[in-house]
Order: sequence, then C-alpha cells, then structure tokens
Amino acid sequence: MALLQIAEPGMSAEPHKHRLAVGIDLGTTNSLVATVRNGIAVCLADETGRSMLPSVVRYRADGSIDVGHKAVAAQATDAKNTIVSVKRFMGRGLKDVAHVETMPYDFEDSTGMVRLRTVQGVKSPVEISAEILRTLRRRAEASLAGELVGAVITVPAYFDDAQRQATKDAATLAGLPVLRLLNEPTAAAVAYGLDNAAEGVYAVYDLGGGTFDLSILKLSRGVFEVLSTNGDAALGGDDFDHRLFCWILDKADIAPPSMEDARRLQMKAREAKELLSSCEEAPVHVALRSGEEVNLVVTRDEFADMTRHLVQKTLGPVRKALRDAGLAPDEVKGVVMVGGATRMPHIQRAVAEYFGQEPLTNLDPDKVVALGAAMQANVLAGNRKDEDDWLLLDVIPLSLGLETMGGLTEKVIPRNSTLPIARAQEFTTFKDGQTAMAFHVVQGERELVSDCRSLARFELRGIPPMVAGAARIRVSFQVDADGLLSVSAREMSSGVEASVLVKPSYGLTDDEIAGMLKSGVEHAGDDMLARALREQQVEAERVIEATEHAIEQDGALLSADERAAIEKSITNLRALCAGQDHRAIKSGIDALSRATDDFAARRMDSSIRNALAGHKVDEFET
Amino acid sequence: MSVTLSESAAKHVSNFIAKRGRGVGIRLGVKTSGCSGMAYKLEFVDETQGEDVVFESHGVKVIVDPKSLPYLEGTELDFVREGLNEGFKFNNPNVKDQCGCGESFNV
Ligand SMILES: Nc1ncnc2c1ncn2[C@@H]1O[C@H](COP(=O)(O)OP(=O)(O)O)[C@@H](O)[C@H]1O
Ligand SMILES: [Mg+2]
Repeated sequence: MALLQIAEPGMSAEPHKHRLAVGIDLGTTNSLVATVRNGIAVCLADETGRSMLPSVVRYRADGSIDVGHKAVAAQATDAKNTIVSVKRFMGRGLKDVAHVETMPYDFEDSTGMVRLRTVQGVKSPVEISAEILRTLRRRAEASLAGELVGAVITVPAYFDDAQRQATKDAATLAGLPVLRLLNEPTAAAVAYGLDNAAEGVYAVYDLGGGTFDLSILKLSRGVFEVLSTNGDAALGGDDFDHRLFCWILDKADIAPPSMEDARRLQMKAREAKELLSSCEEAPVHVALRSGEEVNLVVTRDEFADMTRHLVQKTLGPVRKALRDAGLAPDEVKGVVMVGGATRMPHIQRAVAEYFGQEPLTNLDPDKVVALGAAMQANVLAGNRKDEDDWLLLDVIPLSLGLETMGGLTEKVIPRNSTLPIARAQEFTTFKDGQTAMAFHVVQGERELVSDCRSLARFELRGIPPMVAGAARIRVSFQVDADGLLSVSAREMSSGVEASVLVKPSYGLTDDEIAGMLKSGVEHAGDDMLARALREQQVEAERVIEATEHAIEQDGALLSADERAAIEKSITNLRALCAGQDHRAIKSGIDALSRATDDFAARRMDSSIRNALAGHKVDEFET
Repeated sequence: MSVTLSESAAKHVSNFIAKRGRGVGIRLGVKTSGCSGMAYKLEFVDETQGEDVVFESHGVKVIVDPKSLPYLEGTELDFVREGLNEGFKFNNPNVKDQCGCGESFNV
C-alpha cells in the first residue's frame, strides 16, 4: 500500500501518479541514493539502516552477484571477481588507467573501454556500474513503493564526454531513466542551499576515498557556473589509511605480513583513522594469522603529523583552480566540504587556514552530493512550483573545436563555457569545385591537432561545385545540459547537411586532461610559432596552387621568360615551405605574388573582356 | 468530530515543517479521481484560506477545506513504516471500500 508523503501546497499528485525521482551519487568508494520526501531531501537506507553502499561488485561462480557490504568482505579472498572503484574505468581504455599492474583484475585490452574478465565472463565498467545503480534503484523502489520516473546522477565536474556517456549507459542498463547528469560539486552546493544564498564564488573541496576534486563555482542570479576544476585522481582517504598502515608496521615490530594479514591491518588502519575524527586517540589491536599480535594506540596528533604532507598535497590543486579562475583565496564566499575524508579535523583546519574562513561542514559530507542530486531530481520531475524552479549550469572542461588546414585547431567552444551551449562557425572550401569536406572534431587547449584529443570525424558531401572560398559551410556545435556534444555542418546555399553525435572515443585520463591544460599554458609560446609556421605553409600552398591553376588556364598570356620567372619563384617557395621559418615563407609568398602581379592584371583584363563579350555594354549600366 | 493526527504523525509533521523552514500546518483534503472515486490530498500549508476549518492536534494545525470535511470527519492521520517504506496513512471511518493502493477510496 502506498503511504502518503506531504506535498508542496497545491502539488498533490493524482493517485498512482506520484513522480518519484531520486538523486544518485555514484561514487568511486561509496554510492548513495536520496529523494525528497515530505519536502526534505533524505538518503534512503537499506534494510539494516545503512545508507552508504560501498561501490564494490562481486561476480560469484554460482552466477549470483553481490553488491556493497557483502562484496567488500570478499575483497581479500576473491579479488579477481570483486571489483572496487569501477568508476576509475568508466569511459577509459586500458592504457589510460593508472597503476593497472598493481590491480588484481584480469583485464582485457580491447579497443574502446577496458573490460574485465570475471568468473561470469567479460564485464565492461558500464555493466559493473549498472549493478550498483540497479541495487540503488531497487532500494529506492522498495522505500518509495513505486516506480521511479527517473534519476539525477552525479559525475565529477572534469568527467569528459566518454565518461559521461558511459555513466548514462550504465543507468539505462540498470533500468533508470536519467533526468540529468549533474556535476558533483554543483550538487553539493545545491544541498547547502547556496542556490538561494548570496551571489558569489564558492569553492567545493571534495576528498573521497581515492580521489580529490576541487571546483570553483560561481553563483549569479540563482544559476551555478563552474569556473574551474582541479584535483588529484590519486589522492584520497585511502592514502591516509596507507600512511597509518605503514606507521603500524613500523611500530609493531612484526614480520612482513601475508596478503591477508596486510589486508586486515589496512582495514584496522582505516577504522582507527575514522575514529580519530571524533576521538583523541584510537586503539589498534589486531591478532594476526601469523600468530603475532599488534597492540598500539595512535593519537590524533600523531596521525595529523604523519599525514601532514597529504593534507598539504591537496592545497596544490586548490591554488591552481583559483589561479585558473583568476581569484584570490579571500574572494571565495564560502567553502563546501564534500567526501568522507573531510571529516578529519586537520583537513578542516588546513582548509580554514587557506581560505581564511571556516568551511561548511554541518551537512554530512558523505551525503551532500546525493542530497543535492535528489533536490534537483525533485525539480526536474515536476514536484515543485515553477517559481521555485532553478536551472543549473555547468561548464565544459576542455575547449572543443575543429581541425583546419594544416593540422591546426580552430576552437569553436572555449573551455569553461557554460552548458548548455550552441556555437556556430563558418568555414569554406579550399579548392575549386570541391564537393566534399571532412570535419575532425577535437578537444583540447593546444594549437596543433596532433596535441589535442580526437573526438569524431565526419564528412559533408554534395556541396555544389563552386570556386574555392565561395561555399559557406556553417558548422554548429551543441553541448547539451549533460555535457554531451553534437556537431552538424550545413552548406548554406544548397542546404546539404551532415552531423554527428559525438560518440565517446574512450581514453583520456584525468592526468591527461590536467596535462593537456598544463601544456596548453606552458607551450603557448611554442604553439604560437608552430601556428604561425603552419599558417604560412598553408597560405604558400594556396598561392602556389592558384598560380599553377592560372598558368594552366591562361599560360598563353605569358612570355617564356615571365613564365620561367614565376616557376622559379614557385620552386623557391616550395623549398622554403620545407623549412621551419615562417618569416622566410612569408617573404617567399610575397616574392611569388610580386612575380605574378602583371600576369594577374592581364588575366583580369582578359576575363572581363570574355565576360563582356556577347553582352551589350548598357546592360551593365543600371 | 474532528480530524486528528496520531502522536507519531504529529511529531513527523512538525519535524518536516521545521526542516522545510516555513509553513503553518498541514492540509488534509479529498478530491475526486482515482480508481475508486476519491483521493486524498496531503500538503504543507503556507497560509490558510478564508473558509478553511482549522483543528489542532498534538500542537500541530490540521487544516481542512469545508468541501472535504464531510468525507474526513473522524479521520486520524497516522505515520507508519512498512519495510523500507514509510509515510502517512489515513484512518478514515467514512470509507466503505478503498483501492488497495490506499490513495483513493469510496464513501
Ligand atoms: N569519520 C571519518 N574520518 C575520516 N575519514 C572518513 C570518515 N568517514 C569516512 N571517511 C573516509 O572517507 C572516504 C570515502 O569517502 P566518500 O566520500 O564516500 O568517497 P567517494 O566519493 O570516493 O565515493 C574513505 O577513505 C573513508 O575512510
Ligand atoms: Mg564522492
């Protein structure tokens, strides 16, 4: 029987027509599902009252699948079939995943997304994530006693197209309609009600199990915009566990532990770490399989000391994100803490010190993302009045553009543009009578296509033959609210059209994104030179081609000497093009055009005469 | 006769209103629709309407519009848990038969 919830005034649903919607934080370490009930966002718990679902999936030999706490227990004994942190593999190729060699999985290096061989066959990260989502969906349907109209699923702000698409695919596979993908920091800010708060810039500091993300958000007129993101894909609460684990090994004076004993000590370290967030000291008592015993006590200060460098390490990305956004720490209006690891008091202190203000910690840092997603889902499902409605804007992490002649990138949508966005740019044909044009869509900050990431290629065919430069081809880029890109090209006079929905070409790592951003800045000088060189080379080719074409058509207008002189200039320019000096090429181009000045004038005269032939002069006078 | 809240329902309602940050009470009502004729309404109230009948139950204002009142006389709203699901339930003495769903009924 359906139990009733309190609706907003005037928003009672028709019987059987409740628009049940949830928010899902599909985390690297833990996942949660939340909904708005009786006007309040709450996380939904399982039968035992736990709302956090460890993001761990175990495929068992008998064909059943364990998800969550039950699977965690098998991590040590059945590592190959027990997949943790699958989020790191989403939309990634094998070569893009860091530290594969230390992972216990049996990877299959197929093209596209990496796959894992398990006792139940080969599984893709999308399928594995779908198991987590399916578990959460079932929990939600049991808690809400109905079918869901959909979910808002959160993703890190830096997730690229491939990773976002993989997340959507996983939801579809789990039978969950996706209302929207939402950036995690934006969701956290919404949970804190910052969308109703004073306009200004907010920082979201998210330290999870294995990842650190910092996002700078700007709120204006009730709309969020991500100004910049930064982080470290290999820094999180696990590193604090590991540091404490090493400290224990050091102090305990035991023989090098077996895999299983190490695993046990690691779990104990994690427990102690979590305890230290609320207690001054934590016991570490473990009886090992080896017969040895560990009997230690770690104090909060000792723990803070041994992990100080890790805390410091988070401040680097903070500085960079602020620099990218062009802001000083004191220009930030509020700091939101997200992720279980931000419970550690020394983290909170360091953040408070850096920003010169106490961060927001009154909401549960494990839950804020899911709660914010639930609030957004509630709005999208139509359970609130229009006037309360809000729209959330996100940005694209890397510029989107096209390859132009000579392997250069032409940026169509610059990095950090807010979503959704549509931009169009006109291009033209390069050769006379050209009837097709190839487009290469790329993502990245560098000037040369070879330094950017290739997203898609497509062709526009059926362009009516025209002289070079006469066709007007309008290329439109459109990125929807989920951050997914579609590109279309249209020849304006004939209306022929071609388009692609950018299908994820998997395989860009966070480090690569970071690297691409960094090298974009560092190589700005080199890039300028490379660009200048390419531009001159392209121009030279164009001039040579035009000249040769003219000679072919109207060679009769030239004397043998004149013709030889022009040909010599062409040879000369070709030689210069092979070099690296853009200025020399430029002077070669100038030389060739001087050599053809007279010829061009003569061609002009003769073509005008031809054009006029057969017409009476007065036809042209009106 | 009046319309009341169970103690548990009252506790939850005042908690929800406090968390919501505004609201003077809770509206119980009926509307025609659903598989067996009538359906319940349960909403937060930001301001009462002129003709509303207001009851008070365990310190919470229960607001009913005059058209709904005949169908709700004697009703107690309860808050219950059923497995993972939790929510409000109308214990309505006027109901002859109700749709298994608990959301709509006949008098
Ligand atoms: N009380 C606590 N004190 C310190 N760390 C904690 C505490 N509670 C949870 N954590 C840590 O938070 C991390 C998980 O954070 P979470 O936000 O769930 O991760 P993710 O976003 O990666 O899924 C783990 O390293 C866990 O040990
Ligand atoms: Mg998280």
